[in-house]
Amino acid sequence: MRGFLGSRLAQILPTLFLVSIIVFGLQQLMPGDPALVIAGDSAGDPQIVAQIRGELMLNRPIPVQYLHWLDNLLHGNLGYSWRLQEPVSELVAQKLPVTAQLSLMAFVFAVIIGVPMGILSAVKRNTAWDWLANSIGLFGLSIPTFWLGIVMILVVSVWLGWLPPSGYVPLAQNWVRSLATTVMPAFVLGNAIAAILMRHTRSAMLVALGQDYVRTARAKGLSEWVVVLRHALRNALIPVVTLGGLQLGTLLSGAVLTEQVFSVPGFGKLVVDAVFNRDYPVIQGVVLVTALLYVVLNLVTDLLYFLINPRMRAG
Amino acid sequence: MRRTLFAAAAAACLLLGAAPRPASAQTLRIGLREDPDILDPTLGGSYVGRIVFAGMCDKLFDYDTKLDIVPQLATSYEYKDPTHLILHLRPDVSFQDGEKFDAEAVKYTLTRDLTMKGSLRKGQIGAISAIDVIDPLTVELVLKSPDSPLLAQLAGRPGIMIAPGAAEKEGPKFGLHPVCAGPFSFVSRVAEQEITLQRFPGYWNAKAIHFDRVVYEPIVNSAVRLANLQAGTLDLVEYIVPTDVPAVKKDPKLKLAMSDSLGYEGITFNTNHGPMAKSPIGESADLRRAFELAIDRKALIQVVYDGLFTAIAQANPPISQFYVPSVQPRPRDIAAAKKLVAASGFKPPISVTMIVPNSPDLLQAAQVIQAMVQPAGFDLKIQAMEFASSLATAEGGDFQAYLIAWSGRADADGNTYSFLHSGFGFNYGAFSDPAINTLLEQARLTTDIAARRDIYAKMWIEERKEMPIIYLWALSNIVGMKRQLMGFEQVPDGIIRLQGMYMAN
Repeated sequence: MRGFLGSRLAQILPTLFLVSIIVFGLQQLMPGDPALVIAGDSAGDPQIVAQIRGELMLNRPIPVQYLHWLDNLLHGNLGYSWRLQEPVSELVAQKLPVTAQLSLMAFVFAVIIGVPMGILSAVKRNTAWDWLANSIGLFGLSIPTFWLGIVMILVVSVWLGWLPPSGYVPLAQNWVRSLATTVMPAFVLGNAIAAILMRHTRSAMLVALGQDYVRTARAKGLSEWVVVLRHALRNALIPVVTLGGLQLGTLLSGAVLTEQVFSVPGFGKLVVDAVFNRDYPVIQGVVLVTALLYVVLNLVTDLLYFLINPRMRAG
Repeated sequence: MRRTLFAAAAAACLLLGAAPRPASAQTLRIGLREDPDILDPTLGGSYVGRIVFAGMCDKLFDYDTKLDIVPQLATSYEYKDPTHLILHLRPDVSFQDGEKFDAEAVKYTLTRDLTMKGSLRKGQIGAISAIDVIDPLTVELVLKSPDSPLLAQLAGRPGIMIAPGAAEKEGPKFGLHPVCAGPFSFVSRVAEQEITLQRFPGYWNAKAIHFDRVVYEPIVNSAVRLANLQAGTLDLVEYIVPTDVPAVKKDPKLKLAMSDSLGYEGITFNTNHGPMAKSPIGESADLRRAFELAIDRKALIQVVYDGLFTAIAQANPPISQFYVPSVQPRPRDIAAAKKLVAASGFKPPISVTMIVPNSPDLLQAAQVIQAMVQPAGFDLKIQAMEFASSLATAEGGDFQAYLIAWSGRADADGNTYSFLHSGFGFNYGAFSDPAINTLLEQARLTTDIAARRDIYAKMWIEERKEMPIIYLWALSNIVGMKRQLMGFEQVPDGIIRLQGMYMAN
């Protein structure tokens, strides 16, 4: 266990180092000049643009810029946003909980919609219920997030007036308003995942329902729902849970688009705006923190497998 | 069962939606088209930032609805001679932290603009060589040479006065907690979410303010901005896209305010900037004039913008006091355009590649232009590009033609000098004409408006011979708001001034 943990921990720093080089390098490939964007309507003055380039070290060689950033990073400083002049670490700390809340709510939506639909579809195989569930699943997979978002804003907010069309209120400030502002984006974000979960639940349930132990349970005279929920579902859920875990990453990347549509000021919106404004320190900071999150989550998953699966421990 | 479920969902939504929020009569919520940059008038460069400053910071001068310069923190001015400008300041004004506004504060602010690291204002007031405090309410600005646009600059961002004590204490972080002498003081900002201001009770013009708080919300997607206005979560949206105008007009709860804007859209050609200038359209003024003759501006505006913009052939819009009425767009004339193409010596089809920032309306406009110029012998290729990339591409001279807008300035110098004078940043095509340079410099040195307009009239005659830029249309300010929101005065610069606005019951 100690050796396994040590080797995994030892991989984190080189991984993050490689990520930092890749991010820095890719960013340099982006067309556009940050100095022109920052200068805004003063970009007509070449002296101003030259002055900004100098102050941001944009006129220095790329390796020098990278080493300067790395030096700051090693001193715990992610730098300042060029556009907002706010510390990147504060922006990250401000936005990460927003996306985490959105993703979590989306995941809950995905599970409470996808899993029951998958069960229903398998149990009522080749009936109208099955066709309906499959159609909803296909709809969820095919429909573009931005389109669904705009339509929901139009219907739920403008026509019906039920929910605010966009924005965000932190949970700590007012949990009711917070839910009101996040329920629509969470539904839109969770929609595609719900469809995936539904299809996987359905096929896993179909396999489980054909197993001998299910036949035995039925032969014992148990009610159909007990057979489905206690015997078949419990086994069918194992691959579904694994898949659900994997989809958490998809939710984080999906949040980029959803946050744009609903103007939710989360991680995704932060990085998209930073890209459009060529705010390099923010892009670097966000990508690095995201990479760190993935690495840590992977490590936690591996450790859980290690604890759960005796064969891994033996190996 | 299904009905119960639906009712339960609806009830839950209504419960969430009906959660308590501040009364709209006390709080004015304004939708912005993007998130402003740093809220420091010395360091900021975004257009929407100016809208937030208008709620927070008064300037030495301001513009009225006719674009005349009117007093704000300065009550009057006088030129002792063309290089000595005397400003008389408003008495009994204090900053939002209680610090007194006086001549020393003016000197501090302007000196900060001229010297601070990262200042974007240096060039705008670069003509100032000394700032002398005559008495607590009088300042004298000594200029290196006469500079007619200076007053206009003092009605813009360089004229925003900040509290010296707070600025000194915060240094480069002043923009995170700005302190000015405007109607509302800064409360908080959550980047990309909202900027909150609250009424400053000590404001010198407090009787003109009728809201307790103002919240600015950046919403990039125009459809979502409109949805917020329709749903009542916003009271005012500073820019409604032309295609959304019918929806606002149809909504009985909403109203529109429309006026000519100072901004314009035009096509800049690369006439002299690197190897890309060696193209037929870059080398031949005949071809550029033919290109213009092939465009029917009014039809283009009608198709793409529902006729809401104004066709122009100069950088200053009709509302400007520098507008030259004799410089009008010529009607589309394909026969004349073909003659010019023939006279150019280049054999059609003339290939032209135009960079277009990647927005749906501009791409549509480019497609209409593409169809219009084709019968005159042009093969126009459209190169869609994300905005920041297009700026860098143009700045590097890697283009033949570039469809680009300018937000516009009240003073003509801000719409012409950087774009047409050799060696300046917005002159992407490196166009250079000694006669135009001389006229632009003359206009800067001349303070009389009528005399300046005459100089610009001569300059436009020269410009239209060479046509480095085809001016297409003047933009419009289209503001959407709740019907009961009263007292809004629309100034052509598009900045939302909060003085006088109130919510009728």
